[in-house]
Amino acid sequence: MAGPVIELSGVEKRYGAHAALAGVDLSIEAGVFTALVGGSGSGKTTLLKTINRLVAPDAGTVRVLGADVAGAEPHVLRRKIGYVFQEVGLFPHLTVAENIAVTPKLLGWDKRRIDARVANLLGLVDLPLDVAGRAPAALSGGQRQRVGVARALAAEPKLMLMDEPFGALDPLTRDALGTDYRSLHERLGLTTVMVTHDMAEAVLLADRIVVLRDGAIVADGAPGELLAHTGDAGVRDLLEAPRRQAERLRAKLAAAPEAAS
Amino acid sequence: MSPRLSQAFALLPEYLGWHVLLSFSALLLGVAISLPLAIAASRSARLRWPVLAGASLIQTIPSLALLALFFPLLLALSTLSKGLTGHGFSALGFLPSLLALTLYSMLPILRNGAAAILGVDAAIKEAADGVGMTARQRLFQVELPLAAPVIMAGVRTAAVWTIGAATLSTPVGQTSLGNYIFAGLQTENWVFVLFGCAASAILALVADQLLGLIEAGTRKRSLRLVLIGAAGLLIGVAAAVAPLAAGLNRAQAYTVGAKNFSEQYILAELMADRLEASGAQVSRKEDLGSAVAYRALAAGEIDAYVDYSGTLWTNVLNRKDNPGRAEVLKQLTAELKRRDGVTVLGSLGFENAYAFVMRPDRAKALGVRSIADLAREGPKLTLGSDLEFLSRPEWTAVETAYGLKFKTKRSYQPTFMYRALSGGEADVISAFSSDGRIAAGHLVILTDPKGAIPPYDAVVLISPKRAHDKRLLAALQPLIGKISVQAMQGANYSVDRDQGKASPAEAARTLGRQILPSP
Repeated sequence: MAGPVIELSGVEKRYGAHAALAGVDLSIEAGVFTALVGGSGSGKTTLLKTINRLVAPDAGTVRVLGADVAGAEPHVLRRKIGYVFQEVGLFPHLTVAENIAVTPKLLGWDKRRIDARVANLLGLVDLPLDVAGRAPAALSGGQRQRVGVARALAAEPKLMLMDEPFGALDPLTRDALGTDYRSLHERLGLTTVMVTHDMAEAVLLADRIVVLRDGAIVADGAPGELLAHTGDAGVRDLLEAPRRQAERLRAKLAAAPEAAS
Repeated sequence: MSPRLSQAFALLPEYLGWHVLLSFSALLLGVAISLPLAIAASRSARLRWPVLAGASLIQTIPSLALLALFFPLLLALSTLSKGLTGHGFSALGFLPSLLALTLYSMLPILRNGAAAILGVDAAIKEAADGVGMTARQRLFQVELPLAAPVIMAGVRTAAVWTIGAATLSTPVGQTSLGNYIFAGLQTENWVFVLFGCAASAILALVADQLLGLIEAGTRKRSLRLVLIGAAGLLIGVAAAVAPLAAGLNRAQAYTVGAKNFSEQYILAELMADRLEASGAQVSRKEDLGSAVAYRALAAGEIDAYVDYSGTLWTNVLNRKDNPGRAEVLKQLTAELKRRDGVTVLGSLGFENAYAFVMRPDRAKALGVRSIADLAREGPKLTLGSDLEFLSRPEWTAVETAYGLKFKTKRSYQPTFMYRALSGGEADVISAFSSDGRIAAGHLVILTDPKGAIPPYDAVVLISPKRAHDKRLLAALQPLIGKISVQAMQGANYSVDRDQGKASPAEAARTLGRQILPSP
């Protein structure tokens, strides 16, 4: 595709006196996995939601897949973008298969195509076929979020938005889901924007990390080059946090057997 | 089975049919209005408060008053529509009952509906937006299905309330299970009262259980349960209403009205018997309020009923003077014809006047024979009256004429008023002179030396559209001047006494045989 998939220029959003976004410019190319990181209240979730118009900016323009999002009906836009968030939000009155089929149904796909797509997606997100008829309440947290990812992918979007998608899961499940999703991103040729507060996750999964503070971008680049080039002490602290944590962990785990013997 | 119980069962198809038709229509209309309102209220905080407060306000109006208020409102609307389009509609019976019950059913549906839609998890609403639903798709595919069990719980509550309150539609002229209760209360037929209560309670329970199936179905997402509940409900309604449809095919040519006491039931039955003997179809509208009955006749919704000259004189013509019995009747006949086109066919031959009545021992001890004596002793005594006497102009007239004052004034249903007198809770009561209980209890009627109470000749009134109906006139004319006060007291007492009660229909047949030569 010619040109960037997402293009924000001068995007502002205020909630009362608080500026959630203070003039953000951002351009994301096709096929890139981008992580939006920053502390609480840095504006990363608000930024993500301006892309599928769950948030309408007060100023600036947002262009997605070559068109201004303000110029189209929000629901038409959203059917072209996959959206996954921490609470998952599966519809409790629908089965797993019906949940996954929601967007294709809204788009008017025929039944055979939908059934085939659901079966295919369950395989993609590594769920057994027999969960199709179950209620979401009968699944584990990890399985639920796999259904959430399958639902977001159902209408074959080119763009995926993820808001702390694995934040509520235990560390093992979280690691497995993250790795599985990254390989899906490759296989399906997706463009992914993921909000996370977990730097380790961002560094492990993303091609590009965008750091926000007080509604503005303070650093932007590939994980390695970002650490090498940033002059901002706060950003450096943030990026080094996983390494410091890993070193402390290694030290503790190495000391443990000696203490035990 | 006791004769009173079998009589109650004989009336069941008609009463139950109307009761079900009325409650079901009101509930359907209530859901149809409340659900969109609940959705609007859940969308707009500015709308939510006034809508819910309005529904709560309606709920605080006593249901009987709500029903009563719709009659004058609809009558005014009907008059307006007649003036504008040439077509009026019936302000009595089904329509006012339906509207009042619909309003009454709205609160639980509105309140549960708004709360349930608002209560849908924010994450689920965000997901609905995120997958690309429009606002309408989100409402119908996500919010309403998730809110359905709570909404259905509201519909259940509304159904139980509506079925209970529908018994109160009897006084505005709509047949319902309330007919058992109102008639039973008037004639001390406790079998009827209990039968009416039980029938209404059973109906409410059955409706509640069937709606409960639908609610459980929406909760468990079982279409089967929903369909079973809905089918049960529809079959039940159809079965209950079927006897009415059969009845509608017979043309009900004449409608005879009655107010809400024994004498009125008996006289209505007597008139209906005469009409039926001539081969006509007759329906009865009983338990009408005093003012409702006259307006219904003038509007042609009932064809004939018996009223009392003094009542018409003071309440309909708003006259305060008392020119004497014959003059009142003469002027009334001319004035009602001129003003409303109502025909006063004539007096039945007896008076049923308001009278102050005391127990003989009490009257003797106090030395009270007239209302003038009563004025002297009044401040020491308790007056028992029926529910409307103290707000009627007749009371004002007597109060002013004699300067009457009492220690206490209490209002009772007529039945309980006599109990209060015999039990000593009331020293003097406002009775009706044709009441059989006066003679039976050897009670003393106080004389009215100043003539403050107007005369109350029982007169037969004919609606404007039946003024020249030969069959009706031929059937009712022979009753004029034939009923003595003793005959009426006897008939009334046969219905009102505690032991060996007759039904109003039986009393009417006995009275008919007494006063008319057998055909």
